[in-house]
Amino acid sequence: MTATRAEYCVIACAEAWRGAGEILASPMGLIPSVGARLARLTFAPDLLLTDGEAMLVRPDGTVEGWLPYRQHLTLVTGGRRHVMMGASQIDRFGNQNISCVGEWARPRRQLLGVRGAPVNTLNNPTSYWIPRHSRRVFVERVDMVCGVGYDHAAGARYHHIPRVVSDLGVFDFATPDRSMRLASLHPGVSVEEVREATGFALTVPDEVPYTRDPSPGELRLIREEIDPENTRAREVDR
Amino acid sequence: MTDKTMTADDVASRLSDGMTLGIGGWGSRRKPMALVRALLRAEITDLTIVSYGGPDVGMLAAAGRIRRLVAPFVTLDSIPLEPHYRAAREHGTLELTEIDEAMFLWGLRAAASRLPFLPVRAGLGSDVMRVNPGLRTVTSPYEDGETFVAMPALRLDAALVHVNRADRRGNGQYLGPDPYFDDLFCEAADTAYVSCERIVDTAELTKEATPQTLLIKRHTVTGVIEAPYGAHFTSCAPDYGRDEAVQREYATTPWPEFAERYLKDGRTA
Repeated sequence: MTATRAEYCVIACAEAWRGAGEILASPMGLIPSVGARLARLTFAPDLLLTDGEAMLVRPDGTVEGWLPYRQHLTLVTGGRRHVMMGASQIDRFGNQNISCVGEWARPRRQLLGVRGAPVNTLNNPTSYWIPRHSRRVFVERVDMVCGVGYDHAAGARYHHIPRVVSDLGVFDFATPDRSMRLASLHPGVSVEEVREATGFALTVPDEVPYTRDPSPGELRLIREEIDPENTRAREVDR
Repeated sequence: MTDKTMTADDVASRLSDGMTLGIGGWGSRRKPMALVRALLRAEITDLTIVSYGGPDVGMLAAAGRIRRLVAPFVTLDSIPLEPHYRAAREHGTLELTEIDEAMFLWGLRAAASRLPFLPVRAGLGSDVMRVNPGLRTVTSPYEDGETFVAMPALRLDAALVHVNRADRRGNGQYLGPDPYFDDLFCEAADTAYVSCERIVDTAELTKEATPQTLLIKRHTVTGVIEAPYGAHFTSCAPDYGRDEAVQREYATTPWPEFAERYLKDGRTA
């Protein structure tokens, strides 16, 4: 069985929750949601998942708990959560923007607003999912810092950005100055392609591994149990 | 026995220009739209609106009633970007206090507890500090010495919320999965107006539902308004879900045209 690019992205997202233990996985976006459920069904069986509203549910939808927004925000500050957010812009140090494009006082394009990005990034591990890797998203400097990056995180004792997953590869901040590094390429993607689509100088190690293959069992789970309607193709149609 | 029932227009007559109003619900969920319509009909303006924003903010912005908005986001949920709010921001027609979701909650909690501020581990390092130069920090007086944002109380002149059931004295009940922050909005406000799908006898409230559904206490409530479909087109589970067709119509119709039909009775067809 040959995996699609979308399925490599699912694996790359799922791996964010490996070894996380009994914490809440908060995936935002379709592919992170498939990834979180895959992790829960395989190598991270203790993860908690929500139905996207106020219920904690098992992968089959059985309700196992109640988590309304007020408790969710309290849980964030307790740190027992790893969220994977989206990003309209992200920069070299992992600052994320979902608020607006252009000058904040009068934006060229108003987006959602900061939402919970400031509290997330100061309290629990925050990863990012970017379905279309481009220079418009991977920018030298974000217009509004919503999610806090490593160059703004001095004294933030619980700040951690484990990974950034895009449709081209996986990125982390395992560099001396905590700037972004290419951690793995999805099969079929070249380093050149990633550099071309990134608006800042990316650290590229001499040897870049490929994102691991899904196992036949994982592919079956993704295709038959978790996402039989192929919602993942709406985000990455390769 | 105080009977607090009144009409939505009675509520509007008690509000005035320049007030700070908190609006309950979250995004496009259980918004007190019947009360917002009354507010729009009454032509009250120059408002400071405090809201986890949805179409309440979009409509008031489109009508030019908001001087300042205090919010962490504005969204229609199934339509991520609120078109009228976007237009207002991109034309620079409202002032914005943009804060994080947790900062907002801590601000309501501070107001409900009559505290000037509460420390919160959120905002530092982000541009929330840059765009809100009035925000101050506070350092722990204990040995950890950590610095936090001192989130100021979000005290409200009035709160507007919508729930599933209430009695005539102001005990409000939610029957859906999430209380959102409607009780806190009422506690943080000098006056609070609770609209509901149906007013019932007090004994009726717990006949079939658990006591934990009794979200809003009458001592925090000024007025009770019976407003069937009072959250429409936003969701009000389990009484009804979001009316996606009408929400789409709202999002794609020029505001004056939509308002002409909508402000009369909430109907759009």
